Amino acid sequence: MVPLTWYLLLAAILFGIGLVGVIVKRNALIVMMCVELMLNAANLTFLAFSRAKGAVGGNATAFFIIAVAAAEAAVGLAIIIAIFRIRGSVNMDDVRALGEKADAVEP
Amino acid sequence: MTITAELVTFFVFAIPLVMTAVGVVTARSPMYAAMNLVGTFFCLAGIYVLLSAHLLAFMQILVYAGAVMVLFLFVIMLLSLGGEAQEVEKLKAMQLLGGLSAVALVALIATSFREVAETPMAAVQPDFGTVKAVGRVLFTQYLLPFEATSLLLLVAIVGAVVVAKEKI
Repeated sequence: MVPLTWYLLLAAILFGIGLVGVIVKRNALIVMMCVELMLNAANLTFLAFSRAKGAVGGNATAFFIIAVAAAEAAVGLAIIIAIFRIRGSVNMDDVRALGEKADAVEP
Repeated sequence: MTITAELVTFFVFAIPLVMTAVGVVTARSPMYAAMNLVGTFFCLAGIYVLLSAHLLAFMQILVYAGAVMVLFLFVIMLLSLGGEAQEVEKLKAMQLLGGLSAVALVALIATSFREVAETPMAAVQPDFGTVKAVGRVLFTQYLLPFEATSLLLLVAIVGAVVVAKEKI
């Protein structure tokens, strides 16, 4: 039997990789992919605890997380397309019209 | 700890899972990152089966590796970012600091596992995690969130069309 801790550790590693990607990468598409990684890590934690407690409720919650992630991907990618259309770039550093006026890149 | 088939299966899926997840972050081109992400989703589905979440493993492949990744690939093709490798991004000090603190966060989470370390895996019914068992919970106890999800998906469809369309 694989102990619960290993699943949780795997989820933590997955979450950490996603978090590093969100912080370090500047390509908006890859940042979105890393957000998906983090959501999957949360899913894995829910399923691990669901299995450890023998409660099906965790499975239902993971189901909702998948639905939310699908919605998030659809809207997020639409926003990226809109930004690309306006600014011609998917670099996150180019999109700072709402703040950091000092070195803002105007379109 | 004795080596069981379950243990071997765990590592068969866990090691490629971490490797492909690292590949998502380190890949130069978004296309390679997307391909690595597909591998991550498939390995994760295998882990879900080990946790006897059969319905969720199926949904993982269907929704993530199927629908979401196709969406990602469409956008990569549409913006034609796949061909040229992205120029090497030079790390700013803030990003480096952020990455290090993310690693520290993982270490912090790992140390907090001591409190759950003794929790044994419960003995479960043979139908745990099947469509029938999860569906029964979804349509009784979680009926309201389930219906709210349908509204959320509708809003997402309309929102995506409105945001991405040039002229309505």
